[in-house]
Amino acid sequence: MAARKAKKLMQGNESCFEGAIYAGCRFYAGYPITPSTEIAEGLSRRLPQIGGKFIQMEDEIASIAAVVGASLAGLKSMTATSGPGFSLKQEGLGYACMAEVPCVIVNVMRGGPSTGYPTGPSQSDVMQAKWGTHGDHPVVALTPAYVQEIFSETVRAFNIAEKYRTPVIILYDEIVGHMREPIIIPEPGELEVIDREKPTCPPEDYLPYDRRLEVPPLAAFGEGYRFHVTGLNHKDDGFPTNDSKTIEEGVKRLIRKIDNNRESIWKNDGYYLDDAEVVVFAYGSTARSARRSVRMAREKGIKAGLFRPLTIWPFPDKALKEAVKKARGVIVPEMNLGQIVLEVERNCPGMAVTGIHRVDGEPINPKQILDAIEKYR
Amino acid sequence: MSTGAATAKKQKLSVPFDYNKYIRKNKLPHIWCPGCGHGIVLKSLLRAIDKSGLTKDQICMVSGIGCSSRTPGYVDFNTMHTLHGRALSYATGVKLAKPELKIIVTTGDGDALAIGGNHFIHTCRRNIDMTILVYSNAIYGMTGGQFSPTTPQGSMSTTSRYGNIEPSFDCCELAKAAGATFVARGTAYHTQELERTLIEAVRHKGTAVVEILDSCPIYFGRQNKYKSASQMMEQIEKDGTIPAAQAEKLPPEEVKGKLLRGILHRVERPEYCEQYLKLVEKALGKGNE
Amino acid sequence: MEDRYELRFSGSGGQGMILAGIIMAEAASIFDTKIAAQSQSYGPESRGGASKAEVIISNEPIDYPKATAIDCMLALTQEACTKYHSDIKKGGILLVDSDEVKDVPQGDFKVYRFPITETARAALGKTIVANILALGMITGLTGIVTASAMEEAVLSRVPKAFQDMNRKALQIGFEKARELVARS
Repeated sequence: MAARKAKKLMQGNESCFEGAIYAGCRFYAGYPITPSTEIAEGLSRRLPQIGGKFIQMEDEIASIAAVVGASLAGLKSMTATSGPGFSLKQEGLGYACMAEVPCVIVNVMRGGPSTGYPTGPSQSDVMQAKWGTHGDHPVVALTPAYVQEIFSETVRAFNIAEKYRTPVIILYDEIVGHMREPIIIPEPGELEVIDREKPTCPPEDYLPYDRRLEVPPLAAFGEGYRFHVTGLNHKDDGFPTNDSKTIEEGVKRLIRKIDNNRESIWKNDGYYLDDAEVVVFAYGSTARSARRSVRMAREKGIKAGLFRPLTIWPFPDKALKEAVKKARGVIVPEMNLGQIVLEVERNCPGMAVTGIHRVDGEPINPKQILDAIEKYR
Repeated sequence: MSTGAATAKKQKLSVPFDYNKYIRKNKLPHIWCPGCGHGIVLKSLLRAIDKSGLTKDQICMVSGIGCSSRTPGYVDFNTMHTLHGRALSYATGVKLAKPELKIIVTTGDGDALAIGGNHFIHTCRRNIDMTILVYSNAIYGMTGGQFSPTTPQGSMSTTSRYGNIEPSFDCCELAKAAGATFVARGTAYHTQELERTLIEAVRHKGTAVVEILDSCPIYFGRQNKYKSASQMMEQIEKDGTIPAAQAEKLPPEEVKGKLLRGILHRVERPEYCEQYLKLVEKALGKGNE
Repeated sequence: MEDRYELRFSGSGGQGMILAGIIMAEAASIFDTKIAAQSQSYGPESRGGASKAEVIISNEPIDYPKATAIDCMLALTQEACTKYHSDIKKGGILLVDSDEVKDVPQGDFKVYRFPITETARAALGKTIVANILALGMITGLTGIVTASAMEEAVLSRVPKAFQDMNRKALQIGFEKARELVARS
């Protein structure tokens, strides 16, 4: 047992697939793309060892489709990709939202637009994660920043996906994905692992999209519940409908099931927030940089604090509002030209919100953030 | 032969097949237009499934988008109506996750060969066990009559107003070249023959592709001067085709311009999920690193 | 009190700089008792081009995982040296392969010159262990990890058949570092 508990130097992407296995993931379909490929490579080795299924599909679109198919057949499933591949997966992501199929999509963000800078870090898919697929839909996206945290957040992603029958996106940048840190793999049982609720009613009574329930149970194909799944707006029984009331209620339930459970999906980390006069809002590797800046600022006697969301969608508006109560301003560093900063501005009316942006494939360093903090001296 | 036996045989033949066993009756009426052959194909398919000995729980029917892709909604199996072109990818996920399920995919010429062309060739290449019915009516019916990859050159459609300049795919040749281990062609006109072909297709272990010539009198017929649905069926499906076995015995000039019907290609090759199980044994042999 | 130590390993793609970084991080965080974070930056190609790996070693959790004030940098090629030396801090160390890096940058840091790749080739017949030899030298020059932790880290990363060669490379590195320090 002692050996299992041992520390291991692990890459972020490696921690991700080990976390997935811990969470019960037994199906992976993907297509190679930098900088996420290590996840596919690792699972092609690890999944067969535990009787799981790995398949390299012919493209990104096929990958998300196979993941949804496998999940409907009852396996916890995931795929991993990066910017351009994430764009290709958007229609499939929307299908998973609409058909309410649990699955996890990892996007190790890289520079863009288009092929961009494949090996350079970026955080430019934050809005794509929220709005990339068409139509109103619920989105849950997690933003881990440490290798150990990628493990636990991957487990949490599966838990949210299973609990709420929804796709969950894990968003992290190339730095976090490729860096190595010592981590301790938790013992079985140490982290909570949630499995989807299955129906117990007689098959003829089963309503896979029952509007009376927040999250209806999900049967697996081949277990006696011969249900129907479609990407069309559908009735409680899963069959298509043109009835406007049913359409509206169905879409609203999709949104509501995440909205009503935001408190349990949200997760944030704070550093010196209690008396912060200037709050840095940062996620992913940028948050690590920001943490250093806050520490440097405190050494200089500036009351700076860090708000670090681990759940970026749904946006942590409530906790942010609380965190900036005593603040004179908010600084939002991100490796893009201004994405989540818009959401921060929207939620901090009347407050000075400063973005620090970088798209040159280099990380935002602590000095850059400190310079902005020092204006609040 | 005694009169009694003859009567018994006659009676046996006349017992109507009970489609209700497989139809979700409360989901009817279906969306297909008058004169469309999709319903005829579905009946052949259900009779073939009935003879396969598979239970309804053992079957998963997957489709993409289009008229033929509405089929799963009407049948009492595990059913999935997915995205345009991606039926085979969803089906691959279901199959690999649960190899004990029999996968039947209903797809159209546009769905399988245009937007889903990449998935089509790679599914055939893997030889993953599934029966793929490509309902080939040479038109995008659901969107109102645009040309598809099987629309004959010169044909009119709402997006080829001066005649289609693109050559068409031969779905069966494509499937064969891509590695499908069972390739056949049938028509909605030859219902009994189609049933026999589908029995073999469902029984086959590996990727089985059956192209089914089917007419769209509303969107293809009207734009291309066909007088009626029955005239289309006779001209395209009956006169435009010939059984492969019969074609072999005829001089080439009598076969020219006709599409072959029946089982066109059937070989044995390791099936993907079985290969995967062998891979798992290999991985387990190497121990849990 | 934070005790942050920053290392940068640079060379051209294929010289094993990332592996050197991984081994250093393991020596510090698995075989010694410190905390480490290793990161890298590289171009789309897996061979050629300037490549760098960075290791931050600390006695407390590491926030920013990239180097900003380098305590010790290794440069195996001129291109890498020119491109990456600017972050070396005052009083830091720069170790260069003297056959490759002719134009040695001047600054407020200590420079050690040694024919690392050539020594690996001459002593062990393989330039591929130049990175391990360099790790031995850096261990000796900086003392940031113990020699025993470094040896354990190296041996845990290389296949059995190559352990002897790598152990030797490391030993040569330790010795050469002692000689360099004694000479300076």
